[in-house]
Amino acid sequence: MSEGGFPGAGLAKGLAVTLKTMTRRSITQQYPDVAPDLPPRSRGVIALLEENCTVCMLCARECPDWCIYIDSHKEEVVVPGAARPRQRNMLDRFAIDFSLCMYCGICIEACPFDALYWSPEFEYAEYDIKELLHEKEHLGAWMPTVPPPPAHDPLGEPAKEEQSALKKTAAAAASSAPPADAS
Amino acid sequence: MPVWLELALRVGGVMVAFLTLPLIVGQTEHKVMAHMQGRLGPMYAGAFHGWAQLVADGVKFAQKEDLTPRAADRPVFRFAPVVALLPYMLALMVIPLGPGDLVGQSLDVGLFFVLAVLGVGVVAVLMSGWASANKYSLLGALRAAAQLMAYELPLVLAAVSVAMAAGTLSLPGIVEAWQPWWLAWQAPALAVFFIAGLAEIRRPPFDMPVADSELVFGYMTEYTGLRFAFFLLAEYAGIVVISALTAVLFLGGWHGPGPDALGWFWMLLKTFAISFVVMWLRVSYPRLREDQLQRLCWLVLVPVALAQLVLTAAVRVAL
Repeated sequence: MSEGGFPGAGLAKGLAVTLKTMTRRSITQQYPDVAPDLPPRSRGVIALLEENCTVCMLCARECPDWCIYIDSHKEEVVVPGAARPRQRNMLDRFAIDFSLCMYCGICIEACPFDALYWSPEFEYAEYDIKELLHEKEHLGAWMPTVPPPPAHDPLGEPAKEEQSALKKTAAAAASSAPPADAS
Repeated sequence: MPVWLELALRVGGVMVAFLTLPLIVGQTEHKVMAHMQGRLGPMYAGAFHGWAQLVADGVKFAQKEDLTPRAADRPVFRFAPVVALLPYMLALMVIPLGPGDLVGQSLDVGLFFVLAVLGVGVVAVLMSGWASANKYSLLGALRAAAQLMAYELPLVLAAVSVAMAAGTLSLPGIVEAWQPWWLAWQAPALAVFFIAGLAEIRRPPFDMPVADSELVFGYMTEYTGLRFAFFLLAEYAGIVVISALTAVLFLGGWHGPGPDALGWFWMLLKTFAISFVVMWLRVSYPRLREDQLQRLCWLVLVPVALAQLVLTAAVRVAL
């Protein structure tokens, strides 16, 4: 029979497991009444920080199922003291079709200007699939729900930028004070 | 007190017990099962931890359409749930709640009556299974018939052992004759009676007749609405009856610390404790296969019950 003990030990063990489980707190989260505690970096919905967007179109191009729609026009900006007026991209439309989106997050990775963020918000079900196409106003409204980035792992390697900056300052210090080093 | 008033009081008391105890057991099962599986169970109905869930279920069942399949044997099909429910009500009549006259109807052959009445259950199962005109129902009913017939034997043998020990067939008489050391003396009979009782009410792990993963819902497949609710009520009433019988026969019924006036409390406590074990077994064990079921009955329970009979007789003669 089982690895050890008298016959029927397995039966007693089964009873013990259920009884022990009964005395513990149940793990059910009463969702509609109590908000679920989601893990950090939950992929609920994609929020847009409109001011950061430069209409570079990288997100729309990287999107595997082409669910990002971007329209823009150019505007002339007269900079005082400059020889010519500058041209600037103005965002007219930024829409994500969440009925197509597969929540891969590539657009967020691809964005060089930090205009897209993951928000843990997930309650945006609609009765009509067409309503899942969210325009930039709606995407921007999710911005306040974006949590601050989690703290760095205390034992983790520092970021590449930090390391190179450290190296640069060390090199500068070494070159500016060689006698101190030699002595 | 005039006879008619006493009669009305007794019948009313049994009816109240019959309508409340199974619901309490059912609600407890919802909750116990949920917590044993790390869930919460019903939480909405009645606002506080879903206490009114079964009331809500009852309302729902009453609203549902009462279907009878076209090919069904109409009168038999419609009558079967009543036949399933009635034996438990009758059995509850003679089970003593406390000392003195705290019993629906004190019968001198109470034990015999209870066992005979519980045997009617198989008729209801066969009626429902055969009349449904559904192969799953029929398979379930035949499985149930085989199971109930087989387990009737150890059930009766175990009960006979207590009757021999007490020297009476009256349920209050058995409780009065009961002494604490019988717990050890009658322990094998207790185990046999409880296990056979579980099989008699077709509770998991002996739920082969309704095995929902293979037979849809066995003999209850075609039932809807109130008639289905009757079958469910019969199942929970069965738990109450088997638990109460086990308490009366083997655990000393109303005996317990404190004055005799508290007897009803001890009886209810023992009944609910055994009902809890019934739920606990349901959560813990998988369903027995048909051959395992019969093997357990004929190769384990019946020999143990017979050996217990020999032991009981020997001790009786020696005393």
